[in-house]
Amino acid sequence: MIEFDGVSKRYEEGFEALSGINLAMAAGEMAFLTGHSGAGKSTLLKLIMLMERPSRGQLLINGKNLNRLHRSQIPYYRRRIGVVFQHHQLLFDRSVFDNVALPLQVSGYQSQEIGRRVRASLDKVGLLDKEKLNPLQLSGGEQQRVGIARAVVHKPRILLADEPTGNLDPELSSEIMRLFRDFRDVGVTVLIATHDIDLVERMGERVVNLNHGQLTAGLE
Amino acid sequence: MNRFKRSRSPVNSAGKTRVGKELPPKDSSAGAVQGRIGFGAIIDSWFLSHRSNARESFARLWAEPLQSLMTVLVIAIAIALPTALWVAISNLQQLSGSWQNSARISVFIDRGAAPKVVQGLIDTVQSLPQLEAVKYISPETALEEFQAAAGFGDVLALLDDNPLPGVLLVSPESVLSNDIKRLSTLVDDLSELPGVAEVQLDMQWLQRMQQILEMGERVSVLLGFTLSLGVLLVVGNTIRLAIENRRDEILVVKLVGGTNAFVRRPFLYTGLWYGLSGGLMAWLGVTLGSLWLDSAVTGLAALYQSSFSLAGTGWRGLLILTGLGGLLGLLGAALAVGRHIARIEP
Repeated sequence: MIEFDGVSKRYEEGFEALSGINLAMAAGEMAFLTGHSGAGKSTLLKLIMLMERPSRGQLLINGKNLNRLHRSQIPYYRRRIGVVFQHHQLLFDRSVFDNVALPLQVSGYQSQEIGRRVRASLDKVGLLDKEKLNPLQLSGGEQQRVGIARAVVHKPRILLADEPTGNLDPELSSEIMRLFRDFRDVGVTVLIATHDIDLVERMGERVVNLNHGQLTAGLE
Repeated sequence: MNRFKRSRSPVNSAGKTRVGKELPPKDSSAGAVQGRIGFGAIIDSWFLSHRSNARESFARLWAEPLQSLMTVLVIAIAIALPTALWVAISNLQQLSGSWQNSARISVFIDRGAAPKVVQGLIDTVQSLPQLEAVKYISPETALEEFQAAAGFGDVLALLDDNPLPGVLLVSPESVLSNDIKRLSTLVDDLSELPGVAEVQLDMQWLQRMQQILEMGERVSVLLGFTLSLGVLLVVGNTIRLAIENRRDEILVVKLVGGTNAFVRRPFLYTGLWYGLSGGLMAWLGVTLGSLWLDSAVTGLAALYQSSFSLAGTGWRGLLILTGLGGLLGLLGAALAVGRHIARIEP
């Protein structure tokens, strides 16, 4: 599903964030992306999101070479991916419901269908009763769960998460991780960047470690 | 073709097949594929999205009424100024037109002409087809009028003989009065007649005024263009600020797969609303202004025995001004949006 083939990313300032990455993830696989800060975790996720383009090598998603994807196709490509951000990136000028509905709105779903899917998604993260609230009224863990609901509401085949448990306590973190595992269980490919080693060990899933832009096997 | 058309479901016991929306199968792996929406549904949702965008953009303007009002006022003033000038000029044109209708030609008769010649002249002039009315004022009548009206009685009494010539006051046909060329031919013809000393067509000042009004008209057009450019810039700048304010939202929308067109739409609607409201307000301003002036103008006109009344812009003006405003707003927004939205990339 995700295949990095000798991918390097050098920023214009000359800093090489990733060098010669070879990585393959099968559909329905779950992996943790670990490494020190600045190791290139975010860059790797950004490449998959097409927020950045590789300087060298190619990246295949579902068999398609992203290098050949035209700029104008990027929005449609992104609609097949779900992302959970570290700072959840919720919009505070609208309700929880409208935040979660955003990916469906941009894809042009009809309101009936949007309502059905948003509620299903909120139900999944256990926030069905909070749909009318403003995200500001929620706790940090709840906000992160809204972010997850938004990431999966359009049933993406790939789910990416950048430090999804960044500022949550261990119990909330495990809860969130269990959610991710549920999605893996229904066939979604899940890649989670995190520096929470304890959590990663507890989960016992595949670990991809980055060190100064290069892949190293397993945990350090 | 709906790719998810179910394999023909068996007719149920009631003998009815299931009607309704065909949903994709709930199979989880296939459920991960999205975007399979029928064409009709796409059109529907496109209209729906436009409607909700229009509504939301309008609501956003109301959310900050003072700021929006300022922008709308600036647009309204920029549209109202050239419009007001235009209205003033077209009214003056109408007024000068009605003066021209009453154009008169004075034919002064040679003081030495014999009475027989004078009578012949009057007959000839009266038989001319282009004339509506001819009035003869003999030197004696002229003298009497002059003495009575001007209070020159004492001075005139000092003179030995009557210095005033006989005059034929000629009113040309109304069709003719707006045709300066044919009027001058008529004047030429009249001055050829025997016994005529001089023919006067006092229209020069009217012609000059026509020229000035024409110039004014052009000034108003020029002003209109300049201020339209101003409106474009004002709307453009307002929209640019709105884009900056909603930067986070744009980033998120783009990350979840929003196209540039999707991001652009609400801003375009905002521009449209600004322009439409500005145009509407400009029309209201000009209309109220001319109504307010009208009572004074009709009063003044009544003093001159004229039934002249100020013409505003009318309903057509409303259509034109709001249309123009809307267009300018949309264009201004399009300019800002084109430049700034593509630049905001996650």
